[in-house]
Amino acid sequence: MASLNLVQILNGLTLAALLFIVASGFTLIFGLLRIVNLAHGALYLFGGYIGYSVTLGTGNFVLGLVASMLFVAFLGLIIDQGLLRFVRGFVLREVLLTLGVAFVLNDIALVIWGGDTFSVQIPAMLRGAVRFAGIYYPTYRLFVLGLGILVFIALWLLLNRTRLGALIRAGVDDAEMVEAMGINIRRVFLATSMLGASLAGLGGTIGGAFLTLYPTADSEILVFSLAIVIIGGSGSLVGAAVGALLVGMLNTIGQVMFPELAYFVIFGPMAAILAFRPLGLFGRA
Amino acid sequence: MLEVRDLHSFYGDAHVLHGASLTVKPGEVVALLGRNGMGKSTLIRSIMRLAQPQVRKGTLTWKGQDLRPLTPHEVAARRIALVPQGRRLFASLTVLEHLTMLKPAKAQEGWTVDRVFSMFPRLAERKGHNGNQLSGGERQMLAVGRALMIDPELILMDEPSEGLAPVMVQHLETIIADLGKTGLGILLVEQNLYSALAVADRLYVLETGKVVHEASAESVRNDQSSLMRYLGVH
Repeated sequence: MASLNLVQILNGLTLAALLFIVASGFTLIFGLLRIVNLAHGALYLFGGYIGYSVTLGTGNFVLGLVASMLFVAFLGLIIDQGLLRFVRGFVLREVLLTLGVAFVLNDIALVIWGGDTFSVQIPAMLRGAVRFAGIYYPTYRLFVLGLGILVFIALWLLLNRTRLGALIRAGVDDAEMVEAMGINIRRVFLATSMLGASLAGLGGTIGGAFLTLYPTADSEILVFSLAIVIIGGSGSLVGAAVGALLVGMLNTIGQVMFPELAYFVIFGPMAAILAFRPLGLFGRA
Repeated sequence: MLEVRDLHSFYGDAHVLHGASLTVKPGEVVALLGRNGMGKSTLIRSIMRLAQPQVRKGTLTWKGQDLRPLTPHEVAARRIALVPQGRRLFASLTVLEHLTMLKPAKAQEGWTVDRVFSMFPRLAERKGHNGNQLSGGERQMLAVGRALMIDPELILMDEPSEGLAPVMVQHLETIIADLGKTGLGILLVEQNLYSALAVADRLYVLETGKVVHEASAESVRNDQSSLMRYLGVH
């Protein structure tokens, strides 16, 4: 049995940062709209492909990030206003619809980008490695870690310091009551759908640079996101952060120390947490 | 004026309101009495146009305008506020956020945070606490304060005295009576006849989804026997 070293711990943390970016959007949609958005993984992958193409075409990584966020936010708008709006309140239909959207998006991606593996090109300043504490560590992965922390802070401020944030939190608690207060909850739903989708798109481009993009990458990220939201509790930002840290670290520990049990190392603890806290660590009824 | 005529509401196939009718005039405090399961909350939810129940027949008008095609936020925009059964505060919002989610804290028109706090000084002391950290009485104050922030002309209150200590119930009665005097219409769902009598101008008794009795509070104060029959109180 191998033991962990600093590089592997950092790998776990950077994976956690990426997973947090993706799962934070997932948990907001799950918590507020009460939808398990099974298209979230497909939005991640589609965002990654968009980011890949724009970065390749313009040579500008930041433009790739922005384009993937905007385009996937637009997809979020279409999914919410064009599809989910008509089945609101019918949970099974909503979930099946998002699953259908996932299949369609993946097929469209397959038509456009084919089945090859791509990697988003990263800018020169983020290439190479940084030396510290006696190790060389990829600069880009440290950037991902920093970005994950930045996204957490930005989302925390949005949720806790703005009126839209208060409405989203209130909506997670009791959407019907928010509506009875004179707020058009559909607009809050739409804003959250677009925000959540844009985070999936951002994650796609960020992750596409170090996990690469290929036709089944969406389901892997979706399974991780689900585990994170279930562990952290739906609708909780702090829950998503803690869940992402747990899943990121457990995944790394699993791969290093118990490679043949890698998935069990994630889902075993998840089951244990659910046994004692059915709503997740930070979830509320 | 709120006018409900021959309202039939359903939860799925369950026919809950069987032609309920009532009116609330401006500045009038109207109590809706009835035992559990008689359709009082269903009537409130129907007026507010919440997703359930479904209104299949009858009219619902407010100042002459039909409420039936509206969504709840559109009803609220027409200055009808809801103080729901069980308070339904937002567990993750602070007291202050409950009041500022609709209006910026600096807003000066109509009901302001300061005005709510002067009515309920206890809430001012607790403004940083979350909804789920308050006592029962404080929760009810906040539920009323939150409703006032939409500058209502009519408040629908669904069993506000439920689960409160007697001293809090009295405090609430004073508040409701004071609000009524400011010209606000109040439709108050109550199980307790004496609480209702303390504040109401008129009373309706709802039984199995129908209004079976209407009386002025004054006449009931003089002779409670007719009402007791409907409420099953002896």
